[in-house]
Amino acid sequence: MKTPTFPRGVHPHDAKDATMDKPIVILPPPEKVVIPLHQHFGTPAEPLVKKGEEVLLGQKIGQGKTLFSANVHASVSGKVLAVEDYNHPGGYPVTAVSIANDGQDRLSPDLKPAADPFSLSADEIRDRVREAGVVGLGGAAFPTAVKLAPPKDKPIDTLIINGCECEPMLTADYRLMVENPLDVLRGAELVRIASGAIKVIVAVEDNKLRAAEMMRRHLDGIHADIVLLKTKYPQGAEKNLISALLRREVPRGGLPFDVGVLVQNVGTAKAIWEAVSLGKPLVERVITVAGSGIGEPKNLLVRIGTLFQDAVNFCGGLAEDINLVVMGGPMMGLAQWSLDTPIIKGTSGILAWRTAFPAAEYPCIRCGRCVDHCPMGLLPTLLAKFVQREMWPEAEKWGVLDCVECGCCQYACPSRIPLVHWMRLGKNKIAQAKRKKTA
Amino acid sequence: MTDLLVPVITMTALGLVFSLGLVFAYKKLAVQVNPRVEKINAVLPQANCGACGFAGCQAFAEAIAAGKAKPESCPVGGADAVSKIAVILGIQAGEVVKKVARLHCRGTHQAAPKRSQYFGLQTCFAAHIMGGDKLCTYGCLGLVDCVRACPFDAMTMGEDGLPIIFEDKCTACGKCVEACPRNLIELHRLEQNILVFCRSKDRPQASRKACQNACIACNICARACPEAIIMKDNLAVITDHKKIPPEKIPEIERCPTGAIGRLKKTNEG
Repeated sequence: MKTPTFPRGVHPHDAKDATMDKPIVILPPPEKVVIPLHQHFGTPAEPLVKKGEEVLLGQKIGQGKTLFSANVHASVSGKVLAVEDYNHPGGYPVTAVSIANDGQDRLSPDLKPAADPFSLSADEIRDRVREAGVVGLGGAAFPTAVKLAPPKDKPIDTLIINGCECEPMLTADYRLMVENPLDVLRGAELVRIASGAIKVIVAVEDNKLRAAEMMRRHLDGIHADIVLLKTKYPQGAEKNLISALLRREVPRGGLPFDVGVLVQNVGTAKAIWEAVSLGKPLVERVITVAGSGIGEPKNLLVRIGTLFQDAVNFCGGLAEDINLVVMGGPMMGLAQWSLDTPIIKGTSGILAWRTAFPAAEYPCIRCGRCVDHCPMGLLPTLLAKFVQREMWPEAEKWGVLDCVECGCCQYACPSRIPLVHWMRLGKNKIAQAKRKKTA
Repeated sequence: MTDLLVPVITMTALGLVFSLGLVFAYKKLAVQVNPRVEKINAVLPQANCGACGFAGCQAFAEAIAAGKAKPESCPVGGADAVSKIAVILGIQAGEVVKKVARLHCRGTHQAAPKRSQYFGLQTCFAAHIMGGDKLCTYGCLGLVDCVRACPFDAMTMGEDGLPIIFEDKCTACGKCVEACPRNLIELHRLEQNILVFCRSKDRPQASRKACQNACIACNICARACPEAIIMKDNLAVITDHKKIPPEKIPEIERCPTGAIGRLKKTNEG
């Protein structure tokens, strides 16, 4: 059978060799962690601790008040240094809790393991996941508990566990699948129980054969299909994944549950397993530190709130002629201005390069490569022109809001036009106009 | 001879019939236009800037004639246009307050250090999405969205990295106010010369590091004139301009960073 995939997309060099065979190393907990109260999609959490207070590992320090929010927990034990604005990977300072690590990792008594996790009801699983502050670890950091509670009229029939990791250079999810396949599969089983899905599919790109093999070997008793997909970017974007595996199309502006599908990242599945079985909140995650500017690229298990500087130092430090530091993958990552920034739940990697910035931009030659490669089937060149001319109604009609900002168009553009920047500008402008209208 | 006569008669007859049709249409199908609309429209500046809230000067003129808008809503025409419209309508002209746009930031290249190099799209809005390149995340980004938006050539980019607003050309249409993603531009009365030139809500230590001219919430101005100036979110806010007596201005201007005070030069934002 032909390897399934989605239409269009691009084939960047996967560049995963540097860290692919490096086991996950535990980064020694740093002396200070800074835990932002807004690490997820939605409203920020409200602080529960004050300066000078003692906190324990796993203690809740931020309460998500609304549905689209997530709890935040202390990732070390020690004394709260401050609750104030701190640098955030998003570019704007966000209220964060700084904790001085006492090095003892005293556990919070609130953590309650479950005797038999698989006998829990869907609601109990959901409550435990919500309490543990689990969010999507693929990068968008969408609160998982919301995803586990689909609307009544839209039942979930298929659960997809996303192990594609289509971003070049990142290997965190791959190492997780190789080293912890059982936890991932158990997490998947819990998600299946909570969502009521019938079928479970674990999707892995065909450049990660070993991960697929390890998952298959540990399947015992858990019903899941391990499916190999073609290595292509952005295979791991959920709408493309659904199209590749099930040939279902998520409607415009819709979510996967509109077509009866739930997609969870492998890291999230593992976090769900730990949250439900051990009562362990989301206080650590696996990241990849790589790129030409990093001394020794590594896969690290880090505490949430560790500063980029500590992680980079552990990996041999930055080269002197560094040009660009990015949080996330090379295609969709966010450029960072300082290493004095905490690792958040959505940080999948820290990449640093010495390469020079791309050369100047040339006029559009109307070659149509962006159109050929857009996985959402949009016309990026046209949309960029609408945005440049501030033709908002036209831009919206032609689907600028459906852009997932994957960067394929810009990658394919021979004139190096920053198409994604224009799209993002347009999306934000339209969103702002809508907010003004409702306000 | 008859060869010529037939077409001439035909054409004349046709012309007569069509002109009768036109006369009929003119008399019976005429749209009753309020004659005042045209007169008002002639007085309006024809900038079609939309500052009044209507789609251009014609629509505004119709709204005035219908009593749905006040002539004072056109900031561009000013007192001159309002008094002329008042004569046309036979009403008492309301008081016209001349306003100008003012920039509430003094984060020049010198005062506000950069935290990174920005390579993205050269518009303020795009830079604002990513946090901009200044250490201050509230200050002017200097990528001239406001200058591009100005339909009256009343703005230009200064050498110090902040836009310059020409008072004489500014008509207070509000296009720049809308264009600024950080809401740094506001419309103020021309004679209103004491303003807070900062919008930073950072903690005092952070804002001091981010900009030499930032408000550091030291409270000197609020103590000097508590009835008109309050501290809100680490920022001085003038609640009522009219309550600031002139004799208190020197005391307010003791601000250690110059974040509050009078305009230094007329062109300053």
